[in-house]
Amino acid sequence: MKSPTVAAAVAALLAGWLGVLPAHAADKVKVGFVSTLSGPSSALGVDIRDGFLLAVKLNGGKLGNLPAEVLVSDDQFKPDVAKQLFEKNIKRDKVDFMTGVVFSNIMLAALPEALDAGTIYISPNAAPSSMAGKDCNPLFFAVSWPNDAYHEAAGQYANTRDLKSVYLVAPNYQAGKDSLAGFKRTFKGQVVGENYTKLGQLDYAAELAEIRAARPQAVYIFLPGGMGINFIKQYVGAGLGKDTTLLLPGFSADQDVINPVGAAMAGLFNTAHWSPDFTNLANVKFVAEFQKEYKRVPTLYASQGYDAALLIDAAVRDTKGKLEDQAAVKKALKAARFESVRGPFKFNTNQYPIQNYYVRTIGNDGKGGLVNKSFNEPILKNHGDAYVQSCAMKG
Amino acid sequence: MSGLLLLEQALNGLQFGLMLFLLAAGLTLVFGVMDMINLAHGSLYMVGAFLAAWLVALTGSFVLGAIGAVILTALFGMALEVVLLRTLYARDHLSQVLATYALILILNEGVKMIFGNDLPLSAPAALAGPVELLPGLMYPAYRLLILGVGLAIALLLWLLVQKTRLGALVRAGASNRTMATAMGTNITRLFTLVFGVGAALCAVAGALLGPLLAVQVGMGENILILAFVVIVIGGIGSIRGALVGALLVGAIDTLGRTVLQHVLREFLPPQWASAAGPAFASVAVYVFMAAVLALKPQGLFPARG
Repeated sequence: MKSPTVAAAVAALLAGWLGVLPAHAADKVKVGFVSTLSGPSSALGVDIRDGFLLAVKLNGGKLGNLPAEVLVSDDQFKPDVAKQLFEKNIKRDKVDFMTGVVFSNIMLAALPEALDAGTIYISPNAAPSSMAGKDCNPLFFAVSWPNDAYHEAAGQYANTRDLKSVYLVAPNYQAGKDSLAGFKRTFKGQVVGENYTKLGQLDYAAELAEIRAARPQAVYIFLPGGMGINFIKQYVGAGLGKDTTLLLPGFSADQDVINPVGAAMAGLFNTAHWSPDFTNLANVKFVAEFQKEYKRVPTLYASQGYDAALLIDAAVRDTKGKLEDQAAVKKALKAARFESVRGPFKFNTNQYPIQNYYVRTIGNDGKGGLVNKSFNEPILKNHGDAYVQSCAMKG
Repeated sequence: MSGLLLLEQALNGLQFGLMLFLLAAGLTLVFGVMDMINLAHGSLYMVGAFLAAWLVALTGSFVLGAIGAVILTALFGMALEVVLLRTLYARDHLSQVLATYALILILNEGVKMIFGNDLPLSAPAALAGPVELLPGLMYPAYRLLILGVGLAIALLLWLLVQKTRLGALVRAGASNRTMATAMGTNITRLFTLVFGVGAALCAVAGALLGPLLAVQVGMGENILILAFVVIVIGGIGSIRGALVGALLVGAIDTLGRTVLQHVLREFLPPQWASAAGPAFASVAVYVFMAAVLALKPQGLFPARG
């Protein structure tokens, strides 16, 4: 060195440069969890969060072999708020994974923040058709189901029930359009009406009058959260329950809807990928622990949150905590070596699940309440999605 | 479209319109008599709904809970007027907008702190089913209650405004406030009373609509926008304008969601109709408001001149 000052300067530069390297060189896992935790549909986000945190807790506060830090925030059902929260988690908190969003429109608005920054997003719920097909992305993993799936199952179930005419209702947003497209894909009867309502609409008087006038054999709705609760209450209030069969996807027939609507839900049929009465070991443990911790029966949303945590846990474990090697993390995620509460779990080439879908019916839980009970034989077996061919990722 | 369907939709539009009228009436009075833009009007509706949900759960009776909520909200509104809003009358509209917008945020957080994010509120069990109005026309009993209460209040308000001295003072104040003060009316007490009545009307709407919509923080914002549309259409300061405007908005909204779909399906392929219908429905009301503003900028029944 020419002089001590130059040496000191170089040393200072080196120290500064080293200090700028990512601080969390895999001594813990940071997960950003953004979900709808307030408003009429908050029960969904709250359940996903509770399922996720339960899995972490049962694992001793860890994901894989590393201590987990889950940063939970509320998107208030607003896409712009979700976008800001994603940006905060990714840029300021430097999370390893983002997860949590319930609604497709909110997720599609906030997702670019994660994808552009190269952060992996694990979807515990929303899984739109666009991300299954032409917009598929190696950073996006759907641990729940493709958006269309429950509805394809319901359409198939309507066929087995020999229903000839159906009236369809869904909100006017991506998941709503996916849902009715899915139902029509499998349903062989006649669609006598297709009504797209405003997202978040709670008063369905006008739509119910239309349904009554159309006289369908059955009504199929996709109205998650508070929308479904209000629709079903008003459906019963309008006296439509007597002559028309109401078919539901699991989204509008789980505990978050059963509790506020009450006895009117008894006997209704719905489709889902999971039911609280599944007998596999992982699920028996999950349902028991969830009831012990939160004093309520878990919904399918909670099961998805739990599975999302188990998936991340498996990936961290399989990469031995080396989160900096994102290629290895993605490979481990795709392999999905974990015991899902739904039974066997497998990703398709577009990183959406291939799985069975079941018909459930709402019956007595033996304690004066109502709970979902599944039929053993799946209505759709090893079912993927209709968009995988448009996805550029091949295995 | 069958006659029965049209009749049922007409009832739906009427029900929605009457509830809007309850909110718009209070809003137009405050704007007309006190010349104050009160953005927190929707928050009074929210407070009314929350108090109703809380009291119904406490007393087990829907009627008691609703009446209690109306009284408490009226008192709360009057207290708000005396303590805070009174200072805004002399100021320009922008200051009023800023202050009452802040009030919305404060009330939202306040309600969240006291009651939580939402409270359940169900219609009384006796009204949970439908009533057969005509052979083949079943209508939910609870909505009939709303229609009944709405019509009764509209009648009461008309009597109050047209046939009582108080009503004459209110109309005078709306027409020309300075002159009314010069004529010796105790304007301070009148304003507090008008605000209290407006708050009470909000609470009635909140308690009645609670079981149909959700009682949740922020529920006032959506309906506030429609209430402003109604008073712009009807004319500031005019109760008659508020009623006509509200019924028109209720009709257009319901028609947009229903009749429009049928009409579009005649002309367009089904996917287009399914897409265009909801799109038009959400803007139909605002297009109408724009048309009224273009043709009659003072509204349909302006109170002043």
